[in-house]
Amino acid sequence: MSVIDSTALDNIELLRFITAGSVDDGKSTLIGRLLHDSKSIFEDQLSAITHTTSKRGMKGVDLSLLTDGLQAEREQGITIDVAYRYFATPKRKFIIADTPGHEQYTRNMVTGASTANLAIILIDARKGVLVQSRRHTYLASLVGIPHLVVAVNKMDLVDYSREVFERICRDFAAFAEELKLHNITYIPMSALNGDMVVERGDNLSWYEGVTLMDLLENIPIDHDINLVDFRFPVQLVCRPQTEELHDFRGYMGRIESGSIQVGDAVTVFPSGLTSRIKEIVTYDGPLDHAIAPQSVTLTIEDHLDISRGDMLVKTEQKPQVVKEFEAMLCWLSEQALDPKRKYLVKHTTRIVKALVSRINYRVDVNTLNREAVDIFRMNDIGRVTLKVQQPLVCDDYERNHATGSFIVIDEASNNTVAAGMICPLEG
Amino acid sequence: MDIILSDMQEFITPVPNFVMKSEPIVIKRRTARQLGHLDALESESIHILREVAAECANPALLFSGGKDSIVLLRLAEKAFRPGRFPFPLLHIDTGHNFPEVIEFRDRRAQQLGERLIVRSMEDSIRQGRVVLRSENQSRNAFQSVTLLDAIAEFRFDACIGGARRDEEKARAKERIFSFRDEFGQWDPKNQRPELWDIYNTRVHAGENIRVFPISNWTELDVWEYIAREQLEVPHIYFAHTREVIRRGTGLLPVSHLVQPKDGEQSENIMVRFRTVGDMSCTCPVESTATSVDEIIAETAITRITERGATRMDDQTSDASMELRKKEGYF
Ligand SMILES: Nc1nc2c(ncn2[C@@H]2O[C@H](COP(=O)(O)OP(=O)(O)OP(=O)(O)O)[C@@H](O)[C@H]2O)c(=O)[nH]1
Ligand SMILES: [Mg+2]
Repeated sequence: MSVIDSTALDNIELLRFITAGSVDDGKSTLIGRLLHDSKSIFEDQLSAITHTTSKRGMKGVDLSLLTDGLQAEREQGITIDVAYRYFATPKRKFIIADTPGHEQYTRNMVTGASTANLAIILIDARKGVLVQSRRHTYLASLVGIPHLVVAVNKMDLVDYSREVFERICRDFAAFAEELKLHNITYIPMSALNGDMVVERGDNLSWYEGVTLMDLLENIPIDHDINLVDFRFPVQLVCRPQTEELHDFRGYMGRIESGSIQVGDAVTVFPSGLTSRIKEIVTYDGPLDHAIAPQSVTLTIEDHLDISRGDMLVKTEQKPQVVKEFEAMLCWLSEQALDPKRKYLVKHTTRIVKALVSRINYRVDVNTLNREAVDIFRMNDIGRVTLKVQQPLVCDDYERNHATGSFIVIDEASNNTVAAGMICPLEG
Repeated sequence: MDIILSDMQEFITPVPNFVMKSEPIVIKRRTARQLGHLDALESESIHILREVAAECANPALLFSGGKDSIVLLRLAEKAFRPGRFPFPLLHIDTGHNFPEVIEFRDRRAQQLGERLIVRSMEDSIRQGRVVLRSENQSRNAFQSVTLLDAIAEFRFDACIGGARRDEEKARAKERIFSFRDEFGQWDPKNQRPELWDIYNTRVHAGENIRVFPISNWTELDVWEYIAREQLEVPHIYFAHTREVIRRGTGLLPVSHLVQPKDGEQSENIMVRFRTVGDMSCTCPVESTATSVDEIIAETAITRITERGATRMDDQTSDASMELRKKEGYF
C-alpha cells in the first residue's frame, strides 16, 4: 500500500504515442495541429515558425516546423529523426514521438515505436494504403504497440468524401486482418485545417465517431507491462562497506514486470539458487511490496553469488534459459547482416557474444510473404536463429516485452545494428 | 496479498463511427493502479543512471547548481544510496555565474559528501584555448571548449547532463544516450537507434556518450518534483526585486557585465529566473511567485517556453542550439 499512498495526487497517467505512415502523409503537421488546437504551443514557438514560414515565401504557419527541428529537415521539408514533444490536458500527460516516413529512416521510426502505447498511422486520402503505410503498420504490430489509430488525412483534398474514407478503411482492415490486428479506430481528418483533430470542424458531419483528442484522452491504456511474472534484472550490486552497513548487499534494478513482496521466494537465474526477499530498500524508506516499473534495491536472506546480468524471479514463475533461440530481427544498419561475423547481444542487463546461425526468412512487408534470403540489408525484417555464448534468461516477446527484447551491437563500430524480439520458445 | 493486481475489469473502448466489426469490442484484462507520471519518470531516470554506472568506465555528472541538475542529484541519491555516487560531479564555470548559484553548488556538493570538480573558462581563456571578442560577451557557447578539455583531462567516457527534450527543438531530437565522436561532435543525421530502454553505451577510446536521464521531463515536471521532494533551489528562482534593463523582448539583469546603454533606463521590478546560466544572457521573467507552489502555478499557464523567455543566445538564429551541440555543447 505504501507504494500507492506515497504517490502525489497530481500524479496523472502518462500516454506515449507515435505518428507513423508514408512520406508526406502529414504526420508532423498533425502533431503541430494537435499541439496548436490544444493550446500547447508557446507563443515564442509559434512566432518563430510563423517567421520561418514567411521567410520561405509561404503564407500562414507550417505546423510541421514545430517538430522538424533540424536544419537538414527544414531545408528538405521532411522528417529525418524522431522528435519528442510533450503536452498535457487535465486528463493525461502525453509524450509524442513524431517519426519519419522515409524508408531510409525506418530505424528512427522503430526507435520511436519501441516505447509507444499507441500509434497513429496516417494515410493520405488521395493515395490510400501505400507500401510504407503497411511497413509501419507491420512494425507497429511487431513491436506490439497495443493501440492503433488509422488517421485518414487530407480529407480536404477529396471533398471530405465518405466513400473515399470507407474504401481506405476497408483496404486497411484487410491488411490488418492478416496481421491479426484488432481494435483499430479509424478517424477521417484534415491535419491542415484541423477537422476531427481537437475540434470536429464543419466538414465531416457524416462522421459520428470520436475526435483524435477524445480518443487520446480517454482510451484505457493497456498495461503493456506484464503484471504477472516478477522479473528483476540486476543492474548493480550495492556494497557500501561502511561501518554501519558493513554487511549490506543490495541488488539494484528495476522491476521489469510483475510485483514482489517481502518474504517472497525468489530464484536467481541462470544459477538457479533460491532465497527469500528480506527487504525492499528505497531512498524514501523500506517498502513491503513493489510493482513494475519501480526502481528499487532488494536484499535477500542468504549470501548468494549474484552480479549484474543475473535475474531474480519469483520461484513459481520460471523464465526460459536459452543458448539458442529464434527471434524476429529488424536490421537497422547500412552494413548488411553478415552471418559469418560475431555480434554482441544486449538483453536486459546482460551483454553476450552471438552468432546468427540461420536466416529463416525475410518478410515482404507488402504481401507479408516469407522469402528465403542469405543476408539482411538495412530495413529488412525477418526471422533468424541466434546462438549465444552465455545463456539468456528470457521470455518470449509477446509474453513479456522487457525480457523478450534485445539489441544487436556491431563490435567493431559499436553501432546498434538490429532490434530483436524473441519468438515463442518450445518446451 | 497483492491488492494492486486484484480486480479484473471490463472496458468498452470508445466506439468509433467506423467499426469494422458489428458490435463494440470488449476487452477483458487486468488493471493495475499505474504509477503516476512523476513516479514513472523518476523510475526511468534511476534506471538510466544505474546503466551508466554499470557500463561506463569513467562517468561524470554535470552539476551547475541549476534546477535540472538539482533534480539529477536527487535522482542519483535515489539510484545509489546507501552507496556513494559512482562518479564525481563536474561543473564548467563560465566565470559569469550568479554568485548565489556558485555558493549553492558548493554547499550542495558538501552536504552530499560527493566529489566536485570545477573547471573554469577563465583558465581556458588564459591558456588561449578560448578567444573572446569582448570581456562581457556571453560565454555560453564557449563552455564546450572547457568541457571537452575536462573530458580529455579526466578521460571521462560519459557525461550525465540535465538537458530536457522540451527545452529546444534540437534537443527534442536527441537520444537519451547520445554518442559523441572523438571531437565531441554530435551528428544529428546519424544517431544510433535507441530501442526500448536497452541502451548502447559502447564507445571507442577518445569518444564519449552524453547521457540525459531527464530527457522526458518537462519544466513543469521538474518543479512538481522539486515540490514533492522538498528540494532546495538557489534563491534567484524565486521572485525578488532586481534592477533590470528592458532590451529586445527580454529583461536583462544589471550586473558588472551588463550596464544600461545610452538611452536605456534601468528599473527595479519583481522577477524570477527560469534558468540560471551565463549572467550576461540569462533573462529573468516578471513574476510574483515566491514559493515553489506559486512557481508551479505560473509554469502551468505560461505561454512562453523556458528558453524563449530566458536565453538571448538561442535567439540569434533558428539553429543556434543545433550548431552549438554539433560542437560539443551538452
Ligand atoms: N491539404 C492538406 N495538406 C496537408 C494536410 N496535412 C499535411 N498536409 C501537407 O502535406 C505536406 C507534408 O506534411 P508533413 O507534415 O511534413 O508530412 P510528414 O508525414 O510529416 O512527412 P515525413 O515526416 O517526411 O514523412 C505539407 O505540405 C503539409 O502542409 C491536410 O490535412 N490537408
Ligand atoms: Mg514529418
